[in-house]
Amino acid sequence: MSDRMLTMAEAVREAMSIAFDERPEVFLLGEDVGIYGGAFGVSGDMYHRYGAERVLDTPIAELGIVGAAVGAALSGMRPIVEIQFSDFTAQAMDQIANQAAKIHFMLGGALHVPMVLRTPQGSGTGAAAQHSQNLEPWFASVPGLKVVVPSNPADAKGLLLAAIDDPNPVIFLEHKLLYKIPGRDPVPEGATRIPLGVSKVVREGKDLTIVATGIMVNKSYEVAEKLAAEGISITLIDPRTISPLDMQPVFESVEKTGRLLVVQEGPAQAGFINEVIAQMAGSSSFGSLIAPIKRLAGMNIPIPYAPQLEKAAVPQIEDIESAAREIVKNWR
Amino acid sequence: MGHPLSSPEHARHALLYMWRIRKFEEAVEDLFGRGMMHGTMHLSIGQEAAPTGMCMALTLQDQITSTHRGHGHCIAKGADLTRMIAELLGKKIGYCGGRGGSMHIADVETGNLGANGVVGGGIPIAAGAALASKMMKRGTVAVSFFGDGAMNEGAFHEAANLAAIWKLPMILFCENNGYGMSSSTAKAFAIDDLADRGKGYGIPGVNVDGNDVVAVYEVAQAAVDRAKAGEGPTLIIAETYRWKGHSRSDKNLYRTKEEIEEWRTKDPIPKFIARAIEAKLLTQEQCDAIQNDAIEAIKAAVNESVKAEAAEPSGLLDAVFKAVTA
Ligand SMILES: Cc1ncc(C[n+]2csc(CCOP(=O)(O)OP(=O)(O)O)c2C)c(N)n1
Ligand SMILES: [Mg+2]
Repeated sequence: MSDRMLTMAEAVREAMSIAFDERPEVFLLGEDVGIYGGAFGVSGDMYHRYGAERVLDTPIAELGIVGAAVGAALSGMRPIVEIQFSDFTAQAMDQIANQAAKIHFMLGGALHVPMVLRTPQGSGTGAAAQHSQNLEPWFASVPGLKVVVPSNPADAKGLLLAAIDDPNPVIFLEHKLLYKIPGRDPVPEGATRIPLGVSKVVREGKDLTIVATGIMVNKSYEVAEKLAAEGISITLIDPRTISPLDMQPVFESVEKTGRLLVVQEGPAQAGFINEVIAQMAGSSSFGSLIAPIKRLAGMNIPIPYAPQLEKAAVPQIEDIESAAREIVKNWR
Repeated sequence: MGHPLSSPEHARHALLYMWRIRKFEEAVEDLFGRGMMHGTMHLSIGQEAAPTGMCMALTLQDQITSTHRGHGHCIAKGADLTRMIAELLGKKIGYCGGRGGSMHIADVETGNLGANGVVGGGIPIAAGAALASKMMKRGTVAVSFFGDGAMNEGAFHEAANLAAIWKLPMILFCENNGYGMSSSTAKAFAIDDLADRGKGYGIPGVNVDGNDVVAVYEVAQAAVDRAKAGEGPTLIIAETYRWKGHSRSDKNLYRTKEEIEEWRTKDPIPKFIARAIEAKLLTQEQCDAIQNDAIEAIKAAVNESVKAEAAEPSGLLDAVFKAVTA
């Protein structure tokens, strides 16, 4: 069992390898995914196991890479694109947002784009403003894209397998700080899929509902465990797929707890998590709230370089802890 | 500035700046190794002649855009070493106040519009700077430094074409170190001679030994003269090599030890020392003293930076926009 405590990088590689074995039309393309093994080591030894034809090193040309994946996907292949840092999806945005996302709808269903675009995001590595963003809202605001934000290795594996199966373009956002750490749960053997569009109730409690994405799920979990010892009991929900978004478990939980805290790393302004608040506000469960909804998110600034500045820019465990405590204490 | 072999003073400048770059990069590696610096680092050890030769053809008012591997460009253009190191250490007196780090150092006073975290990001920006110079008749040039890898980004192609059709006073300066991360130019290009890319845009493309500061200066000066005469841009391909890995995490799996060793023998610094001594511009003792000056300058910069006050998170929100003034 313990050898199944994989890191996220290992789990993603395992999912890709299973898909490679299952379907000859699956291939990986991106910068340095070959002999280098990927900038974050995610493709690892796949180049040696599957060869240069299926693990395709590309020049530095993001628009071309994604466009080629779209064209291959239209023509019977199932490409997995790795963009080295999510920040550089900006270069490829025409192919992502104008082409891949719209083709099925715009062409009356004549064609579809079974493509997965995997890319590392997030801060905490000291790589500064152009290498550290959380760009969920860029993608989640485009109808036609599915957007997955895994928070742990087991989910990453199951969700990625489902994403590769999906006949539509899926953006798969991996937090780079999660790559090297094992998850709390072992990663199941085999090819079990986790369907896209199903939120996960990570733990259940009665005083407060926390909805968090990506790495904030892990931070919120720690807070929930710690506060449990003080008698504050927390439900933690990880949407996993932010588009389509499954709000049902959130509504059900808020009906029990009456309090909602939402947490994301990306900037608060027009961030994804605001969608959770909006849907909550418009739902019949809204009346169950006994406290104002609390939002914790990154500051509305580019990610700074110096460690002390970078930390200040995004929610830390202590921030989540004090927010959680305050809501429960102040609203009874 | 002028030709590196035109006077003892010029020879001293060329050698001093190459040593400054080398010693700066060694200091960065050391600070990293000692856990005093976070983030990543892209060292330009082995590539010192290219920015030094190019910048000796520029005035203070001429502008540059730089890259992720930008310390050399920044130093060659005349930046303050203390403010550079302080930036890497996240200090208030750093060029970006600790907000940018290695990949974002800019120095307005020396015409450096900034390093860049985005491959190719600076190329169209240099075209824009050249456009402004042309519109305002400033008589300055804008040089974009970029790597071989950047030449496959759309940004290169779009900027090259704009510079060509508008006859902009621009220089597209490629430091061809043979690799974009793990991708060799042999894998990433279907042409052997990257300078051929110029033809497709109606721009002269010149190759030069990027480890020969004199040769680099000569092609650079010709390109500057051409740009300032209103004849438009030049593409310079300076062949060089990075001795160190792409960044901190590089295991060098894509190249051989022999290849790295071979390039170490083409060290641009001793190559120039030999030329300068042969031309009787410098003596060996003077060369040693210049090396020492560079070492001392970097040491002083590190010492001062270490003692400087750390950047503080307060005020970050106010730093996003420049205040609107009436
Ligand atoms: C748009 C973009 N894509 C990818 C990267 C990641 N990356 C950083 S440097 C680099 C290699 C650049 O190669 P080259 O232009 O030859 O410069 P060198 O590193 O050799 O100096 C890559 C792929 C990036 N920073 N920006
Ligand atoms: Mg290169």
